[in-house]
Amino acid sequence: MIPGEFTYHRPSSVAEAVAILVSHGDEARPLSGGHSLIPMMKLRMAAPEHLVDLGGIADLKGISEDGGAITIRAMTTQHELIESDLLSEKLPIIRETSLLIADPQIRYLGTLGGNVANGDPGNDMPALMQCLDASYVLTGPDGNREVAARDFYEAAYFTALAPEEILTAVKIPTPPAGHGWAYEKLKRKVGDYATAAAAVMLSMTGGTVTSCSVALTNVADTPLYAAEAGDILNGSTLDETTVGKAVAAAEAITDPASDGRGPAEYRTKMAGIMMQRALARAAERASA
Amino acid sequence: MSDIEQIPVTLTVNGKKVQRFVEPRTLLIHFLREELNVTGPHIGCETSHCGACTVEMNGMSVKSCTVFAVQANGAEMTTIEGMANPDGTLSALQEGFRQMHGLQCGFCTPGMITRAHTLLKENPNPSEEEIRMGIAGNLCRCTGYQNIVKAIQYAAEQLNQPETQEAAE
Repeated sequence: MIPGEFTYHRPSSVAEAVAILVSHGDEARPLSGGHSLIPMMKLRMAAPEHLVDLGGIADLKGISEDGGAITIRAMTTQHELIESDLLSEKLPIIRETSLLIADPQIRYLGTLGGNVANGDPGNDMPALMQCLDASYVLTGPDGNREVAARDFYEAAYFTALAPEEILTAVKIPTPPAGHGWAYEKLKRKVGDYATAAAAVMLSMTGGTVTSCSVALTNVADTPLYAAEAGDILNGSTLDETTVGKAVAAAEAITDPASDGRGPAEYRTKMAGIMMQRALARAAERASA
Repeated sequence: MSDIEQIPVTLTVNGKKVQRFVEPRTLLIHFLREELNVTGPHIGCETSHCGACTVEMNGMSVKSCTVFAVQANGAEMTTIEGMANPDGTLSALQEGFRQMHGLQCGFCTPGMITRAHTLLKENPNPSEEEIRMGIAGNLCRCTGYQNIVKAIQYAAEQLNQPETQEAAE
């Protein structure tokens, strides 16, 4: 399992990296943590002629908060997300989700930017970013543009990212203190992609939901933002009937493949169960 | 034959500085085993699942089958070859695997001990659950893990002992 030949580039700035992508077009691929791309290269399912290693760009590291939003730069690893005090305090759902990704070795190298930019429907971060209403900063030859995570995914491995652009940062509106949160993932073993998974964020006042968002992982070609399910739950007391309706609305938008993780009907049902469990845990955690 | 430019890579492996020119597509595991004759890290699955190729790179446990040698340029690496105490005696982890029968066929052992070494640096007093999650990226097909967990607990106890004694005094 030896990858095909390629020319190795290690730029030290984003501008330099973008210039390399511009000059080589489709023949170049950016490399972040490498734990999706390198396995594909070893199988020769990917054979970029130019590999642009983003590991030497200091500007692509770090987590900061400014003006009501948390910015996570693209090369921040899952291990760094888990260790971040800022995230543990303000956005604990990121730590919970990161701990369910792959295994410790992979989390030392796997990055948030790579996880969300690759467009693999099995990845956990895309649905979480949709749940959090994050936006992605895409840097190209003409500067930066921002695309909402909810608009970024087109089909499996197809996204709004242009070949000459690099996803350089993820911006997440800081959720209100006291919010409830949970990511529930059903998987066959440690390191597996989800059979189905659900992210839930909500706020409550006096037992009533004042805001709620739900997103689902690996039950369609793209991550799924379950807008209708969130709308149904908003304003409710999470009574059984309303939860049932919201779960049905979320299940209705799924379109999973039948594969080693189970038949499509099962995975749809599991998406509903994951959502229900995430809702219950998020409600428990929210300060009423 | 190839037109691809070879790249100089400098690494510190188990305290020894080495420099080689490599093809960019050379994986770190092949570089260690074939160029440097560091054959402790094993090639198991080659698909980043089994952890037999685990090495420590700049304080992180990584699967060296899924890293290019060029990405590791400038890194400090520790492999199973660098695990023993400076006087050549077994480290607490190595002794733990011996005392607790933490290996049978031994194929996963270099990766397992190297991973546990980093785990104990980050978390010197892990619970059983933390040990099990901490070695979740290393597969063993012989032991059923029970004795590996005991071996790591043995090492943690040994490593924490001087402090415990101090506290008792």
